[in-house]
Amino acid sequence: MDQFELQIPPRPEYIAIVRLVVSSLALARRAVAEERIDDLKLAVSEACTNAIEAHASIQSRAPVIIRVTEAQERLEVEIADRGPGFLPDALPSHPPVTDPARLNFERGLGIPLIKTLVDAAEFLPSDTGTTVRITLYGGPSDGGDETSEILRAVLADEG
Amino acid sequence: MELGLEVAEGPAPYTVLAVKGEVDVYTAPRLREKLVELVSQGKHQIIVDLEGVDFLDSTGLGVLVGGLKRLRSNDGDLSLVCTQSRILKVFEITGLTKVFSIYDSVDGATAG
Repeated sequence: MDQFELQIPPRPEYIAIVRLVVSSLALARRAVAEERIDDLKLAVSEACTNAIEAHASIQSRAPVIIRVTEAQERLEVEIADRGPGFLPDALPSHPPVTDPARLNFERGLGIPLIKTLVDAAEFLPSDTGTTVRITLYGGPSDGGDETSEILRAVLADEG
Repeated sequence: MELGLEVAEGPAPYTVLAVKGEVDVYTAPRLREKLVELVSQGKHQIIVDLEGVDFLDSTGLGVLVGGLKRLRSNDGDLSLVCTQSRILKVFEITGLTKVFSIYDSVDGATAG
């Protein structure tokens, strides 16, 4: 099991970098469909947005930490903030989409998106902040697709 | 990571706003400003073309919902052009496919 961390200043312009790192890593090293990588990218991005807004709400300049764990059967991304915390189940729900009042809600779609997009999403509050743990199941890309077939052939030749 | 925003006049009364790049919490404010600007110029039938968008998150959705609300309160409308499954999926999950009219081309949107 390998692990690494990114620390980003709590500013919106850094989220694109996190998306790039996480999606490139998943694309290169995990045996998951590209569509799943888009889902992971969006979920991680939403969690980073929430983390940065949590820091802004208390004028914190502390970094947001993105911890990536690559295990045999899963890729896990934890987004840890030092914000004031929140209870995901206590968030107000929106009016139904067919209700004209729905248009009064521009916010609050991030958490439902995170929950829908990935295999597992946990919201772990603590005294120091909130950690969102996002998990995508699927093994390392050691076979199945054409690229790794070719790669294996090359490696076998060298061996 | 620049957000491209190009305005073109469509067949009257339509105005087309073509968005390119990534729409997230960093870039969405620019999209919001552009929509506000167009509405204040009296453009009340806006087609937002999302075909050049690589990434759209909930902040982007929020800006589009805000734009739709602003236009409807001016007896106008905001419709979308989008055929990319990765972007459409975000509208589907959030139920916003029922709120927006989504077309597969600008021509389709002006005809609709």
